[in-house]
Amino acid sequence: MTAMRRILSFREFDWALLAMVLLLCTLSVFEIYSATLHTKYVGFYTKQMFWIAGGLAAMFLFAKIDYHRLLDWAPWAYGVCLFALAAVLVPGIGHKALGARRWIKAGPMLFQPSEWVKLVLILVVARFFANLGGRSLVKQDVFKAFILVGIPMLLVIKEPDLGTTLTYTPILIAGLFFGGINLRQSIILIAAAALFAVGAWSSGKILKPYQKARLTSFVNPDNDPRGAGYQLLQSKIAVGAGGVLGQGAAKGSQTQGDFLPIPHADFIFAAFSEEHGFVGAVFVLLLYFSILMRLIQNAQTAADLSGSLIIMGVVAVLTFQILVNVGMVIGFMPVTGIPLPLMSYGGSSVLFTFLALGAAMNVRMRRFVN
Amino acid sequence: MESISSRGEKLSTLKLTVVQYGILFMMLALAGQLWRLQVLGAENFRMLAEQNRIRKVPILAPRGKLFDRENRLLVDNYPSVSCFLVREQNRNVDADLPLIARGLDIDLEQLQATLRHYRAAPGYQPIPIKQDITADEQAFIQSHRNELPELETIDEERRLYPRDGFASHLIGYVGEVSEEDLNNPRFAYYMPGDVVGKGGIEETYDQLLRGQDGSRDVIVDSRGREVGFLRTQHATPGQDLRLTIDEDLQHAAELALGDRNGAVVAMDPRNGEILALVSRPSFDPNAFAVRINRTDWNKLITDPDHPLMNKAIQAQLAPGSTFKILMSVAGLQEGIAQDMKINCPGGWGPYGYFHHCDEHHGAVDIHDAIPYSCDTFFYMLGDRLGIDRISKYATEFGYGQKTGIDLPGEQAGLMPSAQWKLKNYRARWYPDETLDVAIGQGAVAATPLQLARIIGGIASGGHLVRPHVVFPDQLPEDFRKALPETFPGSGNVDIPIDPDNWTIITDGMYQVTQPAYFHTAGSAHLEGIDFGGKTGTAQTMSHDALSRLGKSKNNNPNVWFVGVTPRRNPELVVAVLWQNGEFSYYPARIGAKIVSAYVEKQRRLAHNLVPVKTAAPVVMSAVWTGANPSGGPGKQNDSPPRMQGGSFLVQNGQIVARTTSDTHSAAQAVRKSGTESAGGAKPTAIPTQQAVTQLAKTRVVSPVKPQ
Repeated sequence: MTAMRRILSFREFDWALLAMVLLLCTLSVFEIYSATLHTKYVGFYTKQMFWIAGGLAAMFLFAKIDYHRLLDWAPWAYGVCLFALAAVLVPGIGHKALGARRWIKAGPMLFQPSEWVKLVLILVVARFFANLGGRSLVKQDVFKAFILVGIPMLLVIKEPDLGTTLTYTPILIAGLFFGGINLRQSIILIAAAALFAVGAWSSGKILKPYQKARLTSFVNPDNDPRGAGYQLLQSKIAVGAGGVLGQGAAKGSQTQGDFLPIPHADFIFAAFSEEHGFVGAVFVLLLYFSILMRLIQNAQTAADLSGSLIIMGVVAVLTFQILVNVGMVIGFMPVTGIPLPLMSYGGSSVLFTFLALGAAMNVRMRRFVN
Repeated sequence: MESISSRGEKLSTLKLTVVQYGILFMMLALAGQLWRLQVLGAENFRMLAEQNRIRKVPILAPRGKLFDRENRLLVDNYPSVSCFLVREQNRNVDADLPLIARGLDIDLEQLQATLRHYRAAPGYQPIPIKQDITADEQAFIQSHRNELPELETIDEERRLYPRDGFASHLIGYVGEVSEEDLNNPRFAYYMPGDVVGKGGIEETYDQLLRGQDGSRDVIVDSRGREVGFLRTQHATPGQDLRLTIDEDLQHAAELALGDRNGAVVAMDPRNGEILALVSRPSFDPNAFAVRINRTDWNKLITDPDHPLMNKAIQAQLAPGSTFKILMSVAGLQEGIAQDMKINCPGGWGPYGYFHHCDEHHGAVDIHDAIPYSCDTFFYMLGDRLGIDRISKYATEFGYGQKTGIDLPGEQAGLMPSAQWKLKNYRARWYPDETLDVAIGQGAVAATPLQLARIIGGIASGGHLVRPHVVFPDQLPEDFRKALPETFPGSGNVDIPIDPDNWTIITDGMYQVTQPAYFHTAGSAHLEGIDFGGKTGTAQTMSHDALSRLGKSKNNNPNVWFVGVTPRRNPELVVAVLWQNGEFSYYPARIGAKIVSAYVEKQRRLAHNLVPVKTAAPVVMSAVWTGANPSGGPGKQNDSPPRMQGGSFLVQNGQIVARTTSDTHSAAQAVRKSGTESAGGAKPTAIPTQQAVTQLAKTRVVSPVKPQ
């Protein structure tokens, strides 16, 4: 019992990581305040503060439960998730907004099971590869991992939610990479993925026309100056107009003039870059980099393979989201609707991120077990 | 728990390092792009952001109004609403076009063509879609604010022209600037979509009339809603212009010409002020003020009578017998015509080809030749003068040259000469051709305005003027100075004509309108008006062709009349052209109507006794019949009434004082007071009707206007 008490002590908690996370959250709240000042979303920053507080509490709670128990529960949770995802698609239960059926209404709150699935997938994938015990993968393992991640992906893309669907892939890739995939298998996989992508594009059943349009307008923004191309262009203008030092808080004309689409959510990085310039944007990137490095260090010091795999799953998801979101804002990537973790407004996103960080903390706190 | 994992397993450090470097690389790539956008591209993106949010809403300057010489309004503006399309929001408007076309009742293809036309124009510039929209269309735009944020309405002042094409060729019209003018460096200040003057005064004085458009610079959000306001640049209204046109005379000229295909110019030959200018058929300039539709336009440009052509300055036709006035000047100045006494046997043909005369005039000298318009006389005179001398005089007086009137598109006409023929036809001049030229046929061509200037000038003793339609004193210095360069022409010239010759010619012109045998325009006689002129009949084809084709309206000769009043030093010269009008006394009657309208107005004005507001007394002398004033008060006056004379000081319609009873001294007093007042404050008053009524049973000798 003395050991248990020692494990549960929050002295082992990663306070440095938490400090960086909270700094990002503070920047986020300020930017949401600024970006929503003249819109109908005014006041969303307080909501975001509540979400962050809730996220922190959830993170501490989550960290208290031994991750090994979490891994034990994971298959059950996975089943519940599949059920929830299927339920979302049923008209009547699933709540429809902006043309997509992504939410379940529980009382006054909407939730988005696809966000929680990310967390469960991280655990399930970690558990799956940890169970292999580090032996090199055989075909069946790879196939099973694909099925594991593929079923929720298919359900989510039906909603339709391309962005979230894509966030599941880094979990799989991280699992395969650290689970011990060999070179031949990865080449075959990449080729298969490429084939699948081409098939998905041409079949027309998997991707909706607007999703295709987003992707094509990224390649040629002039094709669709009113839709996604317009958003990308306005976003680039906002970032560029920021210059080195920025236009100043609440002074960005692109952000304040409503030229930037949803400047408090998906395009918050553009709003931030316009108002705080190159210096501010690079500072935020540096924070993200430090957080990710810190997480990787924690993965290295984890007590066992399953712990490391959990943290690397979290790293994979966060890295992917940062890359895709910031890449979109600065014109590298198409518009996919993936939020920027810890910055974008949104309860589900905040809660997921804090829970994922909670899982990472969980692993770190128990690094000295045995 | 044991089953979950083998606790000894760890992640490979190499793989973690790979991941770390991967993330580092990714971060560097993102930071690199940020550098590119925010440090290297900042300038450009700032500009784009500016363009995003600032919208210039034009404030259109009202065009200057046009007034006649008596400050009567001729061309006005009226408030109207136009619809513009704003493109600067990077919205794809193509998808909205069908809705816009339906709501604003525009042809979709035409709308697309308009947009294509403006593709090259800068993005901040609004595209005019429809002008003068109705209340319903305004409501459509208002109710579709959210769906069609690109539509913008602008209040503007629109041109309102007189109805029924009144003075339309003189005034011109306004329309959207053409591609051609946009590329013309003269109009560097034009922007695509500008409304500019086309034709007439609107074109010549466009720079003054157009004013300077202003703009409201507003901050808009992505939906085009105004969220802020930057500044207003106020519009400068265009300059109003006072024309030399007399609306009364213009009206008389329009009515006199009626629907006849032709033109009228009325000008004051003393100073070149155009009093009336009419061309027929005419058009409605109001149709151009809003965009003219294609069928109406096609109708205008395919009409064989050329409604858009200002015939007063653009029709170049053989002047016919009106040219004989110039011939008379040449003949008399050269000392030939005075002594010519010829017999007219109905024509002359010294070179083998017989040239007809209209009549067998018998014995004719220069005094008869003008009223008779005897071709035989002028054949012989022309033959004696020779083409070189005719050409020299004609050119000197302005044939074959523009007059330099301040209207666009003036034509020069043509005065042939031996050199001209050599140059253009590589052929020698035959003396026989001179005979045609002598009666204003052959290659000679002139415009109505040219004839007005030349014949008015000859009647003024050789004082030729540059015609103009706008009083120059109201023009800015540099604009006035640039006018003669912009409109080159023969301008103001004095060519002294010997007084005897001048008398012969002007008397001859006076005889033209006297009803007498052989006189060509006797039916245009105006009793009580000193009115002269010269008719002209110009064949549109040769006698042979005519006899072959037979008579029809289209091969009737063009007929002319140029009239002056009074015959010497005229105040008014009127040139009338009626194409295919057949008989030259027809245009003479048209001219007579205009002359009589002018003279009647002048006489009315001369006797118009307007109430005086200023208190300057006016001296007035009068004669009346009455009792001898020498009889004192109380004494029975039995002497017979006799003629009395006297002069009075009249002020505000009341006799203030009787200056003297003696007629002689009254006249002196008048003269004296005249000189005095000329030196001092100049009384400009004219005695009123009341004043005259006060002088019961008296006859006003003359109201004295101290000058």
